[in-house]
Amino acid sequence: MTWVLRGYTALLFTFVFAPIFFSMMFSFNSARFPTLPLEGFTTHWYETIFADEDFWRAARNSLIVSVSTGVLATILGFCTAYSDYRYRFRGQGAYLAIILLPPTIPLIVMALAMLAWFSKVGISGQVWTIIIAHTVLTAPFAMAIIRLRLNQIDASMEAAAWNLGASEWRAMREVILPFCRPAILSSLFLTAAVSFDEFTIAWFVSGLNKTLPVHVLEIVQGTIDPQVNAIGTLVFLTSMTLVIAAQLSIFFRLQRSTR
Amino acid sequence: MKRFNAYALTFRLPIIIWQGLFFIGPLAFTIAMSFFLVKNFRMEEAFEMKNWSRMLSRGYVWDSYWFTLMMAAGSAALTSLLAFPASMYLAFRSSESMRRWAIFLLIIPFFTSYLVRTFSWYVILAESGVINAGLGLIGLGPFTMLNTIFGTLVGYVMLTLPLVVILQTVTLASIDRSLIQAARNLGCGPVRVIFATILPAAKTGLIVAALFAFILAFGDFVAPYYLGGSKPPTLPILIIDTTKAGQQWPRAAVVAVMMMVTLFVIAFTAILLAYRKRASR
Repeated sequence: MTWVLRGYTALLFTFVFAPIFFSMMFSFNSARFPTLPLEGFTTHWYETIFADEDFWRAARNSLIVSVSTGVLATILGFCTAYSDYRYRFRGQGAYLAIILLPPTIPLIVMALAMLAWFSKVGISGQVWTIIIAHTVLTAPFAMAIIRLRLNQIDASMEAAAWNLGASEWRAMREVILPFCRPAILSSLFLTAAVSFDEFTIAWFVSGLNKTLPVHVLEIVQGTIDPQVNAIGTLVFLTSMTLVIAAQLSIFFRLQRSTR
Repeated sequence: MKRFNAYALTFRLPIIIWQGLFFIGPLAFTIAMSFFLVKNFRMEEAFEMKNWSRMLSRGYVWDSYWFTLMMAAGSAALTSLLAFPASMYLAFRSSESMRRWAIFLLIIPFFTSYLVRTFSWYVILAESGVINAGLGLIGLGPFTMLNTIFGTLVGYVMLTLPLVVILQTVTLASIDRSLIQAARNLGCGPVRVIFATILPAAKTGLIVAALFAFILAFGDFVAPYYLGGSKPPTLPILIIDTTKAGQQWPRAAVVAVMMMVTLFVIAFTAILLAYRKRASR
């Protein structure tokens, strides 16, 4: 019985990882239509995208957007997590709801809402419009990671710092922030990864300032172009690295110290 | 704590202002926009029911609505069923370190490049793609899998499976083992243990996992568009077409509000079900 379940689980994991594997494999395959059996090995698709100015412009936009989003979302997430940890106040439920709700609203609805709102206020189509939208979307993840870390702090540590004469600000700087460092790092990586991959909202609000996933979206709408596998592989590697870095910074540490 | 406290406000206010301006603002504006008018390709602020009466009286909108609802609900059920045996294995039969590795691995695709993975499935499922090439070797096929409901389901399952397995595994792993042991001692077979002990104990987590799968599939446009061939268009595709092609933002807003209301009702019902205590006998 156990080995049947084990085989089944392995099969599900294959289903989950097969597309990533095939995309990487076909990015080095010379056939115009990616299928089996494989044809010759080539780096042609990579050369094509590296020679493409649109690709570099999109890559630059993606870099700016994901780094800025990571920093902004982490700052906002930290402030919110700390408020929730330290204080009990009226309307705390509503307070948590407004930060935690965005991931439960369909991206397509958020995309339309942001496009309409930003046009109304007159700031649509800029790179920082995407940054604002992505920060709304990713701040909940930052808040959740940092809040979990704050759960583990010994509440008397901050109080001890105050008793020893530290101001609230100094206790923040010398006790809370250092304790949260792994969570802050993890949050930076994870929110940057989510932003780096997000294409629905970015597609709606970006105007001419495409990010990499939006660039992919526009190629895919045309035809089957093996370029997508090459860009896809690069995008996978980037976001996988970020997500793995995020997990290594915190999740294993969280699990270890809860036992 | 009652007096004005600069320190507390520094941490509390930023998110209120930010989400107020950029989350509540846009959503509220979308609701308002569904009552606006479009004249000479320009949007005019108004309070008219025209968009609503137009959209709600169109057959294709309702076709799309029920199709999207059924597909999302069906895929949530399907994903939950597909995930359950694997979650049982990870929760009860695997070692602690294997479980941790499995979750570590599953978190990666959840956050990575859904769009590129969909394109990859497009290539795998195509008429001359990987699966049909493989089946051809043993003399089967080719089967048409793209532009069918099957294609859409593959996309939805790919999108939601990692999250559902994670949530189910965590829920199942936290069940009190002595409950299961007690059921066994009382003579329950494996099937009865699952239905009489494990499912009721894990109810909340299983429903929440399915709810997340529903929310993700309901709002996704990539799978039904690229793998399902947009036959018929789902609500997200309807929003895109109406916004991008027709400049009819108010009509798109009607669809968006319909989606939000539907999600709210379903989420509310699911959570009520998830936390409902069983009537004591």
